[in-house]
Amino acid sequence: MGEVLLEVKDLKKYFETPKGLLHAVDGVSFTIEKGKTLGIVGESGCGKSTTGRAILRLHEPTSGQVLFQGKDVTKFKGKELREMRKDMQIIFQDPYSSLDPRMTVNQLIREPIVTNKLLTDKNDIEKRVLELMETVGLAERLYNTYPHELDGGRRQRIGIARALAVNPKFIVCDEPVSALDVSIQAQVLNLLKELQQKLDLTYIFITHNLSVVYYFADDIAVMYLGELVEKAPAEELFAHPVHPYTQALLSAIPNPDLDVKKERILLKGEISSPINPPDRCRFAKRCNYACEDCMSKAPKLVEISPNHFVSCHHPLV
Amino acid sequence: MKHNEKIDNAEDIVLDIQDLAIRYVTDDATTYAVNHINLRLKRQGTLGLVGETGAGKTTTVLSILNLIPDPPGVIDSGKILVNGRDVHKLSPKELSEMRGKEVAMIFQDPMTSLNPVMTVGDQIAESIMLHEGLSKQDAYKKAKETLETVGISGERAGDYPHQFSGGMKQRVVIAIALACHPNILIADEPTTALDVTIQAQVLELMKKLKEDYKTSTIMITHDLGIVAEICDEVAVMYAGQIVEQGTLREVFKNTKHPYTEGLFNSLPNMNDRNSKLTPIRGLTPDPTIIYPGCTFAERCPYATERCHTEKPQQKWINENHMVACGRYDEPDFHIERR
Repeated sequence: MGEVLLEVKDLKKYFETPKGLLHAVDGVSFTIEKGKTLGIVGESGCGKSTTGRAILRLHEPTSGQVLFQGKDVTKFKGKELREMRKDMQIIFQDPYSSLDPRMTVNQLIREPIVTNKLLTDKNDIEKRVLELMETVGLAERLYNTYPHELDGGRRQRIGIARALAVNPKFIVCDEPVSALDVSIQAQVLNLLKELQQKLDLTYIFITHNLSVVYYFADDIAVMYLGELVEKAPAEELFAHPVHPYTQALLSAIPNPDLDVKKERILLKGEISSPINPPDRCRFAKRCNYACEDCMSKAPKLVEISPNHFVSCHHPLV
Repeated sequence: MKHNEKIDNAEDIVLDIQDLAIRYVTDDATTYAVNHINLRLKRQGTLGLVGETGAGKTTTVLSILNLIPDPPGVIDSGKILVNGRDVHKLSPKELSEMRGKEVAMIFQDPMTSLNPVMTVGDQIAESIMLHEGLSKQDAYKKAKETLETVGISGERAGDYPHQFSGGMKQRVVIAIALACHPNILIADEPTTALDVTIQAQVLELMKKLKEDYKTSTIMITHDLGIVAEICDEVAVMYAGQIVEQGTLREVFKNTKHPYTEGLFNSLPNMNDRNSKLTPIRGLTPDPTIIYPGCTFAERCPYATERCHTEKPQQKWINENHMVACGRYDEPDFHIERR
């Protein structure tokens, strides 16, 4: 096993709502090794983005620990927190709304360098901006253009350059290609993969697109209603999913290969409310295998084979 | 054109789009959205219209219901025959009779296509009252039945859209479209806003309804997986043109156009995790410019000089497969699907 860069322990993030406590992230634990990618998948509202943001403290976690290189970042304050932000970055989903429309490409990429006082000399900064533009594949002629003049793929490249500007070790990629067309999506995915190898980056890759995560991630964590229900290496998870939800999720991917005919597992109903969830298996109501146990007590995450974790009373081994 | 001679029995064609060209004119520029396309929908067939943002898919289908906003939309040429009648020659009254009754549309975003201050039952009943001339009570009763067919309890007819989840709202939208048993259904990315497990439910529902109501469907999507799932014919659009068209198997297994190939190669390969993605280089062309040659030439790895200067002709290479590629006729030319 390689060096562990990030360890998340029993991370919780609750939001107060007029109707009660919304359990967005409810006791999630995992580790990521240096240079690897953990994919987090799940449907809208399952807490995958909140998990990513709570790790970076863009949402203040309700409880739990986030150990980055052995230090608990949830305890960081002031200078320490600012330093941590240089190591841990995020790439946002929507390249249309995450960039200030009144700033040029140059200004956008320069901002994190200046704010963090990484460089002070004017010429050095300019050199660094151009270097970053080259790294992410933005042509030099775009130096003074505005985001609205560019397509989604190029805008996402600006977002990536901004994240890279502070030389991070770890990046949360929150649905970085969901807003892009397939042909552009492949360009950005290839770029992220290249950068990972070149700069020895560690990623959390949040997405609802299962074929993308299969291609991109080393390990995959499946979330359902704020909880981690299954986690395994990508190939293992796709070959031997054992949680009924993971099985249904994987069977629902529309496959363009006409020769592969799969049995589709259709789920009943829809995701239930994350507000004051009952203390039992949260998937039980939609599960085709649910029994009395599932309705009365919550399953625990257990390791059923090396590196394969599942939280289910009756894993389908 | 061979395409038009191909099917003798006109009875089997419910929708026939001939040489359609649409542009949007604004003070700044003219955008050529749809450039002379031909498209036919067979009775009970499901045609997948595939392409990226800005390819002209939505403009094409909006024109079927004569819903192109004018201005800025200008229809330069073309005929659209719905069950043999030319849409552009219908009176406003005939048109509104056709909309919803003969041709119904499911829009992409269920969150915005429902009226937030009307109960879903009333919204479904509205179209039934309009087209079937039923009383309000009878229409409401029928609306409840329609809700049941899409898997929502009739008791919920009195609820407002915000009381439903995304997947259920999309079912309501489908229920409105199906309420008058249209024989042509146009679905514009009906599952894009939905999660995969809910998408699976909606696709399953659409398949079932096709069997039950014998509808013909045009399905707009950018997801080739969905096409493989429910379509029997495919048309691939690029920059306002159809570059490849044919039966599902022909287009997917015997791909002939470099753009279609590029779409497939951009997808992560589910059989081999380690294969590298091969994106299509460059960007979609500027729709305000008329290119002398093939619009895909700039991005095409096979393009020759001739491709930049000469427009490719549409060729039916067999009766189930059309391709518009200038290099298709070269004896040694073939593309490389990964």
